[in-house]
Amino acid sequence: MEELGPFFERMSDFWQLYKRNKAAVLGLVVTLFFSALAILAPILNLSSPFRSSASLLKEPRIGNPMGTDHLGRDVLSMVVWGSRTSLMIGFLSAALSAVIGTLMGAIPGYYGGIIDDFLMRIVDLLLVIPMFFLILLVVALFGGGIFKIVAVIGLLSWPSIARVVRGQFLTLKERTFVEAARAIGVKDRHIILRHILPNAIPPIVVNLTLQTGGAILTEASLSFLGLGDPTQISWGMMISDAQRFIGIAWWMAVFPSLALSIVVLALNLVGDGLTDAINPRPPVRL
Amino acid sequence: MSLRRGYLLRRLIQLVPTILLIVLINFFLIRIAPGDPASIMAGMFADPEYIENLREAWGFNKPLHEQLIVYLRKLLQGDLGYSLRYGEPVLSVIADRMPATLLLTFSSFLIAAIFGVILGVTASQRPQSSGDNLVAALSLTFYSVPVFSIGIVLILVFSVHLNIFPSYGMSTVGSAIEGPSLTQAVDILWHLFLPMMTLALTQLALYSRITRACVLEEIGKDYILTAKAKGLERKRIFYRHALRNALIPVITILGLRMGYLFTGAMLTETVFAWPGMGRLMYTSILTRDYPLLMGIFLTTSLVVLLANFATDIIYSLADPRVQYK
Repeated sequence: MEELGPFFERMSDFWQLYKRNKAAVLGLVVTLFFSALAILAPILNLSSPFRSSASLLKEPRIGNPMGTDHLGRDVLSMVVWGSRTSLMIGFLSAALSAVIGTLMGAIPGYYGGIIDDFLMRIVDLLLVIPMFFLILLVVALFGGGIFKIVAVIGLLSWPSIARVVRGQFLTLKERTFVEAARAIGVKDRHIILRHILPNAIPPIVVNLTLQTGGAILTEASLSFLGLGDPTQISWGMMISDAQRFIGIAWWMAVFPSLALSIVVLALNLVGDGLTDAINPRPPVRL
Repeated sequence: MSLRRGYLLRRLIQLVPTILLIVLINFFLIRIAPGDPASIMAGMFADPEYIENLREAWGFNKPLHEQLIVYLRKLLQGDLGYSLRYGEPVLSVIADRMPATLLLTFSSFLIAAIFGVILGVTASQRPQSSGDNLVAALSLTFYSVPVFSIGIVLILVFSVHLNIFPSYGMSTVGSAIEGPSLTQAVDILWHLFLPMMTLALTQLALYSRITRACVLEEIGKDYILTAKAKGLERKRIFYRHALRNALIPVITILGLRMGYLFTGAMLTETVFAWPGMGRLMYTSILTRDYPLLMGIFLTTSLVVLLANFATDIIYSLADPRVQYK
């Protein structure tokens, strides 16, 4: 319990800083709302997103607040179920890239030398390649089940996190507490995991938030191009289907677009808020 | 001048490993993909004889290092294989579509860069003012909305409801019959408007944000303080000293974002049926035309790298210090 005391104190201090940014609080609320929607989708009393009906392309009305699509499916329940696909792919692939990125940044940052030169050269190369095209090509060749998409996005988007973590390690490893740990003979692995990494967590979390938003957009773009998981409802696929009916059924395109944009915007607001709370800076003036 | 040439030559040489990496990715992907590479390249409905021909021509039955040599030789000859959908060499299919993509991409980039920089500079004049906050909010919003959603909304407003701009294609049906003329050019521009605005909107907000940050960073530096202490006029300090230096990192960042610009262009083309590489990519995904898809990955990556290099040239022109690095 004594360990938890200062931790909670620090979290509450952090929250005081974070909540000064009202937009960031709103972003957090919206993110939590959509996460709850995604988790609770199966027990919400919605009509199945796959069930078609005879009422095709009906405008929003009572019973179908977001209208129905060209197969008579309820757009609202499709949007809710789509949040599951989007958020799951977003969070999982961002988490995967954070793990890889942390590893690929911590090791070169801590050890330096040839490992550092080599890995950072690779990171530089990967950062120059237009990643979306590569992700698209891999998904097209290997097939696009939901977990394959997570794996591909996660395995290909770690370089930016590796950059950030390496920078953190480069400065932190010179600090006295690390030197002290080394002087009393603490093992490298222990120093990396227990002493330096906890101090490098804040920028990793910021990057994780932004990566989640990015991964959600990437998934949506893939399914928009017909490369998503065909067994899942996804917002990108809904928007793609909607194009053919744009002149007669605006709701088919507008509602999934809104959901997608709001979720990504909320995640970006959270990311901005975290950055501000970690590094409070006074505004600059001329 | 020769120093600058040396710098650019160095940058050009630095491109080589990246190009090699892209080529190697292309080479290995088709070989580790599930299924036999020759059948992947031949498509689902190929007859066995054609598959056998491909296997022979690309050396799929030989050891890997020999395959690589065959592959590189073919690449240097411009042979990227045959498109299944179009029955033509991949390179000529791509060459047909590239100009439309470049037109869309660079017109959008120009608009986004010009207005983005103006907006960013304006926002930086009064940090934390309501105008600045509005630009900040808009840029975060447009950064979050997917490009295809922006395109669809623009179609809804300007094509479906107001009916003033066409929603698809690059020219009115039949307009190409009379041959190149002023009316034809106007027709293309008229079709270009919505896709160009779509792509520009996604980039513009972000560019203004970057410009604002760079200007504020520059204003905080010591030499600006010195200039102020000398009693120079505020406007002069801003335009002659701060702005010129602030725009240098802006060029670098815009250059690094070329990949996103082209990704956006591809998706925009899909929405507007703009007959460029993005549209081609979409068709090749739908028809499982893998040779074409891989050719598109290779060429677009190269175009992005060249665009990066182009910003390096501009950078070396804008920043005289670059010669001495």
